[in-house]
Amino acid sequence: MSHFNAPKYPTKSVKKKDIPKGLYVKCPISGEIIFNKELEANLMVVPKSGYHFPIGARERIEALIDPGTWHEIASEVVSGDPLKFVDSQTYPDRIARYEKESGLSEAVVTGYGKIHGIPCSVAVMDFRFCGGTLGSATGERITRAIEYALEKRIPCIIFSTSGGARMQEGILSLMQMAKTSAALGRLAEARLPYISVLTNPTTGGVSASYATLGDVILAEPGALIGFAGQRVIKETTKQTLPPGFQSSEFLLQHGLIDQIVSRLDMREKLRDLLLALFVRKLPAGSRN
Amino acid sequence: MEKPAYTLEFEKPLLELTRQLEALQHRSSENQIDLSKEITSMQAKLEATKRDVYSNLGPWQRVQIARHPKRPGSLAFIAEIFENFQELHGDRQFGDDQALIGGTAFLDGRAVMVIAHEKGSDTKEKIARNFGMPQPEGYRKALRLMRTAEKFGLPVICFVDTKGAYPGINSEERHVSEAIAVNLREMTLLRVPTISVIISEGGSGGALGIGVTDRVLSFENSYYSVISPEGCASILWKDAAEAPRAAAALKLDAGTLQEFGIVDELVPEPFGGAHNDPAEAAKTLHTALTRHLAELSKLGKEELLEKRYARYRALGVYAERAQG
Repeated sequence: MSHFNAPKYPTKSVKKKDIPKGLYVKCPISGEIIFNKELEANLMVVPKSGYHFPIGARERIEALIDPGTWHEIASEVVSGDPLKFVDSQTYPDRIARYEKESGLSEAVVTGYGKIHGIPCSVAVMDFRFCGGTLGSATGERITRAIEYALEKRIPCIIFSTSGGARMQEGILSLMQMAKTSAALGRLAEARLPYISVLTNPTTGGVSASYATLGDVILAEPGALIGFAGQRVIKETTKQTLPPGFQSSEFLLQHGLIDQIVSRLDMREKLRDLLLALFVRKLPAGSRN
Repeated sequence: MEKPAYTLEFEKPLLELTRQLEALQHRSSENQIDLSKEITSMQAKLEATKRDVYSNLGPWQRVQIARHPKRPGSLAFIAEIFENFQELHGDRQFGDDQALIGGTAFLDGRAVMVIAHEKGSDTKEKIARNFGMPQPEGYRKALRLMRTAEKFGLPVICFVDTKGAYPGINSEERHVSEAIAVNLREMTLLRVPTISVIISEGGSGGALGIGVTDRVLSFENSYYSVISPEGCASILWKDAAEAPRAAAALKLDAGTLQEFGIVDELVPEPFGGAHNDPAEAAKTLHTALTRHLAELSKLGKEELLEKRYARYRALGVYAERAQG
């Protein structure tokens, strides 16, 4: 089995400073210097080390979906301020800042399109917007994407990346876990495939709802995936965390996910899975 | 007045008045002098102060009452409310989580399945029950019991009382995220009436893991939050001592939960909190459970599922921006 020979990709936590901005960037694994243009052309995967930098939602969609088939839905859904939450700044100011920085209006982009001609409803989260946290608008967009799949009787694919629930929306954030899971319950009853792809990092409330409910769960290499934060686990248990704890590779070893898939192979993997679970026959010329 | 075994910070004025009252009574009996006027006036003052303190509780004060060491836990309520509880153990796969228990019982003679977080009452029991913080096995046992309930047409009644799912290495290795997520999904599909009650602490995903039900009730001093006030404070203000501020910002009190449609009914507590009269608290809750179960029992299975979906589908506050 090929994944046992796969290179080890140590997990690195995503910090804002790690998201490349300048002309070139240093690989956190190999230390090699790589031009940003080259990195972007390679879907933010460092060619030699295979390290996966975070990728923007729109860039991922562009790499994934057949050209000219993408239609965004639910983009009108944006955050409210139910709690009138203020910490170092007001919640609306915080949202406005993320919007400006990321060019996105929420932590997820939702829509539908085709992958190798197979129609699917897709939600792609983006860590740059409020750490990919799950707010009411995020949950609403994802739920609409699931309901769109249900309505059109097509598969659903969700790419997760999240620091967890969005604290600034309090309990309403927690309830998005219930809302999205309820929609996935309907999708499951309709026997429509749901593929969940976990990317670095997928933690907290998102991991404890739609991210782990896939008929198939894939993960990008070296992603941090878990329910509780490592600092909290260390403080609570007073134990040393095992090497690679909460990495994609750790999850695969423990039988918690189906495969680790490089971003560069994702489109082909998804095609095969959609062909098997949705189309249920292999079209001529599709053998690999 | 009986001296409370534990005094919360905001109850200190009451303690002081109680002391003064006792001193007066003592002086009166020791010295054989009539201080009845002073005593009556002091008693009135104490009652007024009590009313004042307990009628204006802020979010942090309610959190403190919810965590009161003498507050009754699930097993205490189960014993008061239900008949013939038979605990059913284990997830049939790995182990038996004593932080999340369940079993068959009867409510007013009707068979039900009860599922509950249990923190334990003494130190030894608290340790055995991991202070009410479940691991994946707990959630998988809960799901097993819910499916048994569905098979035999028993309504499911859940008592939520946890700081959260246990953050441990083994928990992660056995996929606590998945255990909770599957419960969220499956609870929306259960073909029997379901009710949950937040009896004290509703800690995040660990609470929600048995809380996706047709009706959600909450005691008036319980709280339900996406993160603990301490956790929120250490993230936002780098100081867990800012918990009272975080509790206010998170608006985690049961009143706000009702406004957001997360809680359907607030169950009133005896004056000063359920610990002051557990039997009375249980009686009030019993009446509420009976009423909600009767209402849900009138619905057909499809209608029940439609309403449940609509209930969770509607949760959230967002805006819809005009498209340019």
